[in-house]
Amino acid sequence: MRTLLFLIIGILFGITMFKSEAASWFRIYEMFQFEAFHMYGIIGTALVVGVINTQLIKRFNIKSFFGAKIQFIPKEKSITRYILGGIIFGLGWGLAGACPGPMFTLLGAGFWPIAIVIFGALVGTFLYGWAKDRLPH
Amino acid sequence: MDLINAPWPWYISGLAIALIMLLLQLSGKKFGMSSNLRTLCTLCGADKKVDFFNFDWKSQRWNLVVVAGAIIGGALASQIMTSELAVPISSNTIEKLKTLGFESAGEAYLPTELFSTESLSNPKTILVLFFGGLLVGFGARYAGGCTSGHAISGLSNFQLPSLLAVIGFFIGGLMMVHLFYPLIF
Repeated sequence: MRTLLFLIIGILFGITMFKSEAASWFRIYEMFQFEAFHMYGIIGTALVVGVINTQLIKRFNIKSFFGAKIQFIPKEKSITRYILGGIIFGLGWGLAGACPGPMFTLLGAGFWPIAIVIFGALVGTFLYGWAKDRLPH
Repeated sequence: MDLINAPWPWYISGLAIALIMLLLQLSGKKFGMSSNLRTLCTLCGADKKVDFFNFDWKSQRWNLVVVAGAIIGGALASQIMTSELAVPISSNTIEKLKTLGFESAGEAYLPTELFSTESLSNPKTILVLFFGGLLVGFGARYAGGCTSGHAISGLSNFQLPSLLAVIGFFIGGLMMVHLFYPLIF
């Protein structure tokens, strides 16, 4: 039952990434050129509604579908890791034109070369795990 | 409005993303796609080499199901829900891309210069795709999240670290597109 719920959420996510064109390399390039409102509109709308939903859940102590308390774990405090990691991520996002969600959507859409991007992302994740203790956080 | 065949306007897309995040929150889960890359590394046996991958991956099984859904969703959207694949980017952007050699700008969903099977005969294409992915994977884990975890769910919960990460995403993206593109393409 729960697996089906997550599968449906995933399908909705995949359809949204494709139909919104957020999975398009062209839209990412255009966003970094500040030449269209499209991507900013998407992120902005998701954020405004997301803030309202999140605050309502907290304010009214809304329980999950399964009756449990909904937890919001604060992110660990730091500056270095977020700025440095963010810049590295941004360089890749600008080059490959896909972030970790849309990569998989594009695979489903049959753009096979995206498999190289996914493979690279797995190698990058592995390299981070390997270098983690030597990096400034 | 034709939500089946036409591309979705930004406000429908944004609302859909907020709905997806809400459904995950109400399922007691966190919206974050890049965590799956760590789980997939563990499934490939990375836990035997590096301690970072030695974690309770079974607690992340639900997220792998979301990824499976994202693949199916991409197949459905591209095969049966889309009549016109060309992404209508702005004419200025099209011009800039054409000077960089991206002739498919304005006529395709992804640049055929990078994402067609024929383009892979050029080793440079493979390097661009591989290193693009590598930076995304490394950076996402270093920053503790990607677009979904930081820019959407982190910022929705007013997390300062997420704001720093998003500022980083934009510094990196702007550097890539404005400084490095003329050198790479």
